[in-house]
Amino acid sequence: MGDQILNQLVWPIVHILAIVLPLVLAVAMFVYWERKIIGWMHVRMGPNKIGPLGLLQAFADVVKLLIKEVILPTNANRFLYYLAPLLALVPALAAWSVIPFGTKMVLANVNAGLLYLLAMTSLGVYGIILAGWASNSRYALLGAMRSAAQVISYELAMGLCLVCVLVLAGSLNLTDIVMAQSGSKGIGEWFMWPLLPVFVIYFISGVAETNRAPFDVAEGESEIVAGFHVEYSGSAFALFFLAEYANMILVSFLASILFMGGWLSPFPESWGWIGHGSFFWLFAKAFAFAFLFLWFRASFPRYRYDQIMRLGWKVFIPITIVWVLVAGCLKYYGWVTIGTGV
Amino acid sequence: MINPQLFQLICFYAFATVTVASALAVITLRNSVHAVLALVLTFFSSACIWLLAEAEFLAIALIVVYVGAVMVLFLFVVMMLDIDQEKMREGFVKFLPVGLIVALVMLGEMLVLIGVRAMHARVLGPNPATEAGLSNTAWLGHALYTDYLLPFEIAALILTVGVVAAVALTLRHRGGVRYQTASQQVAVKASDRVRIVKMDADTNYGRTPAPAASEESK
Repeated sequence: MGDQILNQLVWPIVHILAIVLPLVLAVAMFVYWERKIIGWMHVRMGPNKIGPLGLLQAFADVVKLLIKEVILPTNANRFLYYLAPLLALVPALAAWSVIPFGTKMVLANVNAGLLYLLAMTSLGVYGIILAGWASNSRYALLGAMRSAAQVISYELAMGLCLVCVLVLAGSLNLTDIVMAQSGSKGIGEWFMWPLLPVFVIYFISGVAETNRAPFDVAEGESEIVAGFHVEYSGSAFALFFLAEYANMILVSFLASILFMGGWLSPFPESWGWIGHGSFFWLFAKAFAFAFLFLWFRASFPRYRYDQIMRLGWKVFIPITIVWVLVAGCLKYYGWVTIGTGV
Repeated sequence: MINPQLFQLICFYAFATVTVASALAVITLRNSVHAVLALVLTFFSSACIWLLAEAEFLAIALIVVYVGAVMVLFLFVVMMLDIDQEKMREGFVKFLPVGLIVALVMLGEMLVLIGVRAMHARVLGPNPATEAGLSNTAWLGHALYTDYLLPFEIAALILTVGVVAAVALTLRHRGGVRYQTASQQVAVKASDRVRIVKMDADTNYGRTPAPAASEESK
């Protein structure tokens, strides 16, 4: 009896916490890193006052947000207004349950893992739309509308990118997809080479999907103040913030897992210890992608809305459709061989 | 601890209750945005029921396609509508008899169908996916792309025709609309917009005043 409770209840919760708590911590450090990077790119110092090198800045911000009042706008829809941040956060966290960190290091080794991820990332948009509508504010509603149209458009391109990956890997299971990229040639076996255009499109769609610069018209602070979360304050705003950054880190991990061999080493296995897979490789790859998010934000001006739509519908979707056919040919004629795993 | 089958049954009834309750809410709630959200919940809990029945592909496809995309667009449209709530409820009594008749006819038809089905009821065979030793998604893929390839392709063709028809019906070219051609914008060179002029540097500036300026300074 005690063993069963331990196995069925306590261990899963411990495992979940072992993913969620480091994730929340990673979000805090990511925010600090973002401000530092953008500071350096602007030839500023970035946060440097609180704690050594300003490392505690993010925690000070969290405490500040938590002790602030959550203001409910007049005539706002009370229930949906408070529900929206949760609807944004829950899918962002739930998606992490199928992310494999190593050969056996995965919370739920689901067969339809890729589909599950697609479902979870598409649910996040409800938080944004409802926040915009329930706030009873024009700016918030405009932001929500922009976000809804943008997320749906880029989801199509993203879905087609995933189709290319699963055509090559022959599986929806994320662990199988990573193992399909293993082999004697190390970096040469990764899906990023046969699927290079799709890889680029996937990451750009990921940036658009998370409403980050240069696709951040949903927030567009120079046009609609802060978009969908303009009315939110205190801890409700903190939840949106957490969801957005958790999604950014998720997209970074997914790009590494789907196209860059996940935890596999870039060096051939015959090279000894450096060729062995480890979750350090996964973290290093994800860190590089997460850095790209910040680099984009510091470098590119915001896209105009019609340009975003044009890029999604008229450029990305045709290219990915063609590449689905190319991936099919690559697989059918055996030009790309996949590793079977350990 | 707890019987897995009993637990599954409890889950089924819980999800089914949520599905029916939210479906009722769709047609009874007065606020149309709330009604759309209730519809989202209906889809979501139907997907949960399908997951219980080990039809994971259908369940997740329902969430990806309907909850993730179709309902978002639906919500989008409903939020933009300016609905007069009073006007909506005006004809309730007038249309009630017609509605009741339609509902009764539909109920009768359903009951007849259920009765016919029950007469030659067959016990469902074992799950073909588990028999073939495949996951639900893999089995469905095999079935669709081998035995049912033609119906599948025809369905895809019909959907494509539908999309083209919808675009053709709603696309209107209005006169006087200004728009930019992206390829022209991209093809612009700096020399089209800016003229760089070469000038000699004014080396005398600030040193000895030029003869013309010295006249004025007096």
